[in-house]
Amino acid sequence: MMRLPYFRYLAPRTVHEAADLLAASAGDAMLVAGGTDVLPNMKRRQQVPGTLVGLRQVAELKQMTNGDGLRIGAGMTLTEVVSRLKIPGPYAALRQAAVQVATPHIRNVGTLGGNLCLDTRCNYYDQNYEWRKAINFCMKKDGKTCWVATSSPKCLAVSSTDTAPALLALQATVTLVSAEKTRQIALADLYRNDGIHYLTRQPTEILTAIDVPRLGGWRSTYWKLRRRGSFDFPVLSVAAALKFAPDGSVEDARIVLGAVASRPLETPAASASLIGQRLTDEAIARASELAAVPARPMDNTDFTLAWRKRVARDFVTYALREVRGDDVSKLRLSVARQLV
Amino acid sequence: MKENTLRLIGKPRRRVDGRAKVTGQTKFADDIMLPRMLHCKLLRSSVPHARIVRIDTSRALAHPGVHLVLTGKDFQVPYGILPVSQDEYPLQPEHVRFVGDPVAAVIARDELTAFEALDLIDVEYEPLRTFSTPEESLEHEQPRIHDYGDRGNIHKAVSLAFGDVDKAFAAADEVFEDTFFYQGNTHLPIEQHASVAAKDPDGKLVLWSSTQTPHYVHRAIARALQMRPAHIRVVAMPNGGGFGGKSDPFHHEIVVCKAALLLDRPVKICLTREEVFYCHRGRHPVLMQFKTGVKRDGTITGVHLKTLLDGGAYGSYGVASMFYTGALQTVTYHIPTYKFQGCRVFTNKPPCGPKRGHGTPQSRFGQEVQLDKIAEKLAIDPAELRLRIVEKPDTLTANYLQVTTTGLTECIRRIVAASDWKTRFRKLPHGRGLGLACSSYLSGAGLPIYFNDLPHSGVQLKLDRSGGVAAFCGATEIGQGSDDVLVGCVAEVLGIDPLDIRAVTGDTDLTPVDLGSYSSRVTLMMGNAAIQAAERARELLADAVSRKLEIPKGRLVFAERRVFDAEDPDKGVSFSEAVCLAEAAFGTIGTTGSYTPPKLGGRYKGGGVGPSPTYSYSAAVVEVEVDASTGWIHVPRVWIAHDIGRALNPTLVRGQVEGGVYMALGEALMEEQEFRRLPKRLSDALVHKFPSILEYKSPTTLEMPEVFTELIENPDPRGPFGAKEAGQGPLLPVMPAVANAVYDAVGVRIDEVPITPEKILKALEAKAAGKSPRYGPAKFADVPWPETLQVPPPWEGGDGKAINSPPKAAKEPARKSPATEAVQS
Repeated sequence: MMRLPYFRYLAPRTVHEAADLLAASAGDAMLVAGGTDVLPNMKRRQQVPGTLVGLRQVAELKQMTNGDGLRIGAGMTLTEVVSRLKIPGPYAALRQAAVQVATPHIRNVGTLGGNLCLDTRCNYYDQNYEWRKAINFCMKKDGKTCWVATSSPKCLAVSSTDTAPALLALQATVTLVSAEKTRQIALADLYRNDGIHYLTRQPTEILTAIDVPRLGGWRSTYWKLRRRGSFDFPVLSVAAALKFAPDGSVEDARIVLGAVASRPLETPAASASLIGQRLTDEAIARASELAAVPARPMDNTDFTLAWRKRVARDFVTYALREVRGDDVSKLRLSVARQLV
Repeated sequence: MKENTLRLIGKPRRRVDGRAKVTGQTKFADDIMLPRMLHCKLLRSSVPHARIVRIDTSRALAHPGVHLVLTGKDFQVPYGILPVSQDEYPLQPEHVRFVGDPVAAVIARDELTAFEALDLIDVEYEPLRTFSTPEESLEHEQPRIHDYGDRGNIHKAVSLAFGDVDKAFAAADEVFEDTFFYQGNTHLPIEQHASVAAKDPDGKLVLWSSTQTPHYVHRAIARALQMRPAHIRVVAMPNGGGFGGKSDPFHHEIVVCKAALLLDRPVKICLTREEVFYCHRGRHPVLMQFKTGVKRDGTITGVHLKTLLDGGAYGSYGVASMFYTGALQTVTYHIPTYKFQGCRVFTNKPPCGPKRGHGTPQSRFGQEVQLDKIAEKLAIDPAELRLRIVEKPDTLTANYLQVTTTGLTECIRRIVAASDWKTRFRKLPHGRGLGLACSSYLSGAGLPIYFNDLPHSGVQLKLDRSGGVAAFCGATEIGQGSDDVLVGCVAEVLGIDPLDIRAVTGDTDLTPVDLGSYSSRVTLMMGNAAIQAAERARELLADAVSRKLEIPKGRLVFAERRVFDAEDPDKGVSFSEAVCLAEAAFGTIGTTGSYTPPKLGGRYKGGGVGPSPTYSYSAAVVEVEVDASTGWIHVPRVWIAHDIGRALNPTLVRGQVEGGVYMALGEALMEEQEFRRLPKRLSDALVHKFPSILEYKSPTTLEMPEVFTELIENPDPRGPFGAKEAGQGPLLPVMPAVANAVYDAVGVRIDEVPITPEKILKALEAKAAGKSPRYGPAKFADVPWPETLQVPPPWEGGDGKAINSPPKAAKEPARKSPATEAVQS
């Protein structure tokens, strides 16, 4: 067995209390919600915080409210998010993304906020201490070199969150609370394309809530490439949200790729190409080609990078066809091994 | 006594250990907690190939909570599973051969403390050149990874000819030559290896361990620790899956024994998942070449097979694995002339060994894919082609393997019917396809691992006055259901309920030797031993009952927990009364049974690998859907028929067959034991790409297709109640059937496993570009083969002996120590 290192565990009951505790143990503390990311990382000594501030008992993080749009507490488990979105309407992408995270067991404890803040992943980094020692460590932890591309000045670990691309396509904003202040930012601004500094969240800030606008007239979907129908992190994902005019033409579009960079990648050129168009096969093909262009998969996940790059356009096609209303259930079953 | 018609055997039953398993009451090795128990962790090499210059353990020893630190100095005697490969030390004294090779052990009050102390051990290494592929090992003879073996870094190379293949090719209408690669993969048992060692109150050593081979572990400990074997007790705990991965004696087992003896406290180790990947002993990566001559009607005139095995850093079962790559081709199909050349080399990676199918799936893949190509060229349906060439029953093959019964023809017919093969093969729309393949497998290795002429399995019965029976056998329950087979056989013969019998298994102090759960040997060998023991007990009881009731023995029936008159069923006694009568007449009732395989196999060097009392046969059809744009592959359905001889408990047999299909699909579609080098100018690292149960991709339940299983029952005279094996054979046809189905679906050949979307897409792109529509290795390697041993097949007047003198491998001058050859960098 791999064992956790010793650490101090603090169990605040309010966001305010949690923020104070975080501020007080500056630099040495990390947040833990479901723990499905940070605890295995600690066992592998990728992260060794002296203090964990647990959010499990903070009730205000576990509420979902429906007003002008949707407000989701960051502490809701993925299972809770899925079950609350039984009739997801325009938020289908979020439901499909959440239901495809890992396994049922992990979704039962892992939270939406945790998935948005998921540590970036890499084949050279997500290894136990002894393995990393055998390669003399890497840039992201204890070493100097990025083994994915040894001349790279920055870490190329991969953004592997499922829900972030979906929520980006749904134009979500997030609330960050620290002891000093509360700020609300676009989810897009939470991320940076840097495997180490992949979040703009300050270490003293708590991601407390996710707001998604009302989105009348929008339809959305999420497609995920992974080796197996459960368990695996994405190695490519496509979230698409489109707003349709009454005549069936596209009024607005957001196509976001996951797992092809250190942050979720918006594809404005592809999205723009659809505006004013009907979703014909040709329009879909054009948008898919454009969407795949910025994808820069690296050789640090499952599957070969050339293949992941190559099939990006297929996956965008799948997403757009589903949003158009095609019956893609057979395809979904073949790719995801389940209907989502 | 009247021969009972079978009451229990052949009927689906809940396995005897089912309740304990589903209620979580089965005790695995890691569940053992003893008072004053300490915990052990191993420091493993962080470099792939090096000489150990210095180890300083003083800082670790001073760490609070550390009780003992062991290094290679504490162990003097090497060990290994095969007598020809005694090349392992519990902790490496001077030479590490892969990242993960153990060099030191810390025993501390808890695991965390032991783990922390590992980092306080200072090891200085002097790096040596590393070998990551067989080609590299063939190219460079120095430095040697081991100072034994045929030459350089070749562990073992053989060349065997059964008849003249060149003549056979000349007589053929067509000759096919194909090269294939089978990637290595690992067992991935859910249970990580765990062991606890302690001194018992008498001062003798006890080891509880997750092992498939307690008898061999017993011998290895006695050797490595130079102890009296009678003072060592090895208890095989139920294994949470083995698949061959727990068949070697392991470092950690010997280390905790030594520590427990030195400290006089129980010591436990439970490996991490990463360490299980380093223990490995899994499927060898094999490069192979099949050259096959056929007549226009599909009849094979001759086969020449070459295999190159990447053995990893140690011998393990490797010599046997190498021979197995060439052994069973002739048992499946009639091959009148056969040449086999096999070579195993050392590399700086975790050692390969036996995994479900041991050495045979690799060349089975090559042969079955090649047959598909042959069938197409000859315009014969692939099922029909195989029906024409299946090996006949009661045949001695070209390489002197004895086929008794075979249900292969029936297997093929059943899957052809069930899958609607005739109306669907080559007729499905583009992107959908069917593929077919067959196989055969041993029902137990005919020879033991170390030379002896003792029984391979023994069973002891103790009959209690209560009517309860205790059945003792060294066999090891690894999840396959061996306890149930033991109990089922005894219950059948004695006419009692399985629940009346207690199985005591896998304990070298308490149970008679059974060689272990490998080579699909347990059902056949233990089953026969159990039947013999039970029949001897029944004889005693029948004597006593016959005297008491004055009924001729021949009329007595043992059934329904009674012994009664076949002609007047009301006349009889209960089973417990029968035991009491016998005990009064003969004293305490205990019997034994044992099984020794008949003398089998040719008398040429290498003829000991492949013989088995009988062989099982399987055939499978796999349906695939392939997306031509992405290469994405989906398997919706598998049909499989297995010649089981007789299904002792069909529930268990189906479980084994379907489990085999599951494991096979993993090998066919995704599993890879892959390694990674870093850019040479920056690092000498050579590491397992991802030793993790998350990133080593193995299918989950969601990937499992519908499986339609048919059991073909044609009792074999050598099997217990006619039974053959089911644990390994059904895995074999699935991988090539997937490859053949991909060809049917999109017209490209994937001549290697795993068959991934990337490879399919590359082959499709090659096809679109007008190149060979294929993905696979271009050529076989350049291997310095030894002189060929000529063994004429039986039909050429052969007697199983070679007619030329045994070849000596071209040996280079012996070097003193391989480790002194540092790389000049």
